Amino acid sequence: MKLMRWGLGLTGDLLVTAGLLLLLFVGWQLWWTDVTANRAQHGTVSTLTRDFAAAPKGSTTPASQTPKPVVFGKAFAIVRIPRFGADYARPVLEGTSRDILQEGVGHYDGTALPGDVGNFAVAGHRTTYGRPFHDIDRLREGDVVVVETRTAYSVYAVKRHVIVAPTAVDVIAPVPQRPGAKPTQRWMTMTACHPKYSAAQRYVVFAELVRTYPHAEGLPAGTLAAPKGD
Amino acid sequence: MLYAAIWRALPGPLVVRLLLAVALAFAVVAFCFLWLFPRIAPLMPFNDNTVDPSATGVHLMDVRAAR
Repeated sequence: MKLMRWGLGLTGDLLVTAGLLLLLFVGWQLWWTDVTANRAQHGTVSTLTRDFAAAPKGSTTPASQTPKPVVFGKAFAIVRIPRFGADYARPVLEGTSRDILQEGVGHYDGTALPGDVGNFAVAGHRTTYGRPFHDIDRLREGDVVVVETRTAYSVYAVKRHVIVAPTAVDVIAPVPQRPGAKPTQRWMTMTACHPKYSAAQRYVVFAELVRTYPHAEGLPAGTLAAPKGD
Repeated sequence: MLYAAIWRALPGPLVVRLLLAVALAFAVVAFCFLWLFPRIAPLMPFNDNTVDPSATGVHLMDVRAAR
């Protein structure tokens, strides 16, 4: 009898411990990953900003260079979306592996570079790990997306969105959703998980290039003004 | 049982025991947050959100060939 009570007590304690650990894990996943990833991503944006400012001014490099071999996991651009907040700025890194997406927005390997003909396609977390694309469903037609690189600012305007299965990789084709077609336009595609806190579908936003400004020239005032409506 | 045993094993007067218990709990949380959880998170099904390149290699190859 005593042994049974002891056994029951121990089992109860272990179950309570398991429950507490699971709660703790949920808290870590939903809160702590945001805390650490936001800190790291803001740090990367600061480093990039300093780095871009140090680049030689007035160089004759064209806005869109021939693509160089890109290093996986290396941050090479900053994306700004006024709809997501006046101070919203996230690093864009090469590649879309799990580790890379925890450090910012990931650029799909093999897709166009910012401002180029084709499709500059990126992926970002909808929830957890800094959730750079948490508000992707709030983007409306005409909303501005600015991509800053060492050489230029590329200003895109949102055109439309689709919700697709994770396997619909044709959204990042050079002409979005028309694999095999020869690109003539300059697209940007943003992909994130959908619905929130699930990975069942993908929320995909297509934007088209409006203009490119040389980095030395800077963005015209008001480009990053808060958009109207909700 | 388990927690009662730990409580009994803690030395000193009540205040010291309380402080030790809090420190112990903090250490467990820190261990989970900084070491354990980052390692088990990739094994969770809800974190498996990138398309496996090997499964869709053909599609991606098509996309690249179209460039």
